[in-house]
Amino acid sequence: MLAVASGNIDYALAVGVEKLTDLSGYFTTNGLATAADADYEAAMGLSFVALNALLMKRYMFEYKFSKQDFAEFIINAHRNAIHNPNAMYRKTISTEQYLNSKMVVDPINLLDASPIADGAAAAIVCTYEESKSVKSKPIIVSACEIGTDTIAIYNRKNPLILKGVERSTQKAIRTAGIKHSDLDFLELHDAFSIMTALSLEASGFADYGMGLRIPDNGKIKINGSLPLSTFGGLKARGHPVGATGIYQINEAVLQLRHEAPEAIQIEDARYAFTQNIGGSGATVVTTILERDHK
Amino acid sequence: MDVPRNWRLKHQRYRLRGTRCLQCEKLSFPPVMICSKCNSRELTEFFFSGKGKIYSFSTVYQAPIQFQKYVPYLVALIDLGEGIRITAQLTDINPADVKIGMDVEMVIRKICEEGDKGVVVYGYKFRPLMAIE
Repeated sequence: MLAVASGNIDYALAVGVEKLTDLSGYFTTNGLATAADADYEAAMGLSFVALNALLMKRYMFEYKFSKQDFAEFIINAHRNAIHNPNAMYRKTISTEQYLNSKMVVDPINLLDASPIADGAAAAIVCTYEESKSVKSKPIIVSACEIGTDTIAIYNRKNPLILKGVERSTQKAIRTAGIKHSDLDFLELHDAFSIMTALSLEASGFADYGMGLRIPDNGKIKINGSLPLSTFGGLKARGHPVGATGIYQINEAVLQLRHEAPEAIQIEDARYAFTQNIGGSGATVVTTILERDHK
Repeated sequence: MDVPRNWRLKHQRYRLRGTRCLQCEKLSFPPVMICSKCNSRELTEFFFSGKGKIYSFSTVYQAPIQFQKYVPYLVALIDLGEGIRITAQLTDINPADVKIGMDVEMVIRKICEEGDKGVVVYGYKFRPLMAIE
């Protein structure tokens, strides 16, 4: 991005690749735990899921929510994934199935967690001048901003506030020169249902403790005012960790070109917001894309 | 984790050794080389009391491979009395009895075994605070 923006090069190819299914779950769990503090989190027996479970448990305690209150994020993701030919799980999920699925790390059960997946995605970035001569419909990168936080959760003053998300979003919104209300849909890092709630809050779409109220009245559905996970998100499209960020960009581009499958096409989509998180909020990249009107 | 890495962590694992900043008094665990509050490099070692309250907890059913034989087990974030937070397992308690805000204290327990020829790792876990008779 910056190499093109600086004028050093005209074209860049960004590729995300992931291969996780060559090993069984025990080994992958180990590998994914390297996204945590090795000596003081992973070495104590905490998996990456366990860290998210600690956040979810505290969230439910502090704001008095039950597990059922997280259901709509999951159901919505699966509802949209049906129409995405690249999705891993193209099937709907009921509240009962969600509540009764196998426990992984309490309160996170199987359907709270995104599935590990293999995958690859790519995007070509070029200068605005060059974009005028390409055959496909170019999409403008209005902002692509990073925010960081501590790797370990125990080092954060209030672990329920994702500072990396807050910083990344604020910078992106400022760079793009738009308001939250200009965004037509969000592709968040819904690796776990708690991450969706915390991301909505830290990004400024909901007050702290109110993230779970966002799905009320169909707001996050395709025809709602703030559609989420329009291609199924990490939850139902799958989470090929190293490729997920570029998948999100691809999905956003299809929406803005109005080339998404009909059932999940956001009407007249102009601004897209994608957010990719590393670790439990340690590294966050927010990208805002815009359809070119000229 | 191999022998040297476990050996280098022994004072943290067995005695909760952290640091205290000589400039601004900020306490840190794990120990730090530079104070995260005032950037001072003048620090001294500090041993935490090991008494605190549960901030959040969880039961692990699917674990990393070297912990798989211990499932289900309890993990927690604990706010130590001195004002820092630590990640650890809970022990000597029935999962149904654990509550956020519960008083706990540090004990030394086996953390895991690293295979037939590897290290048997010991370190801190937390149990309900015992009343002093």
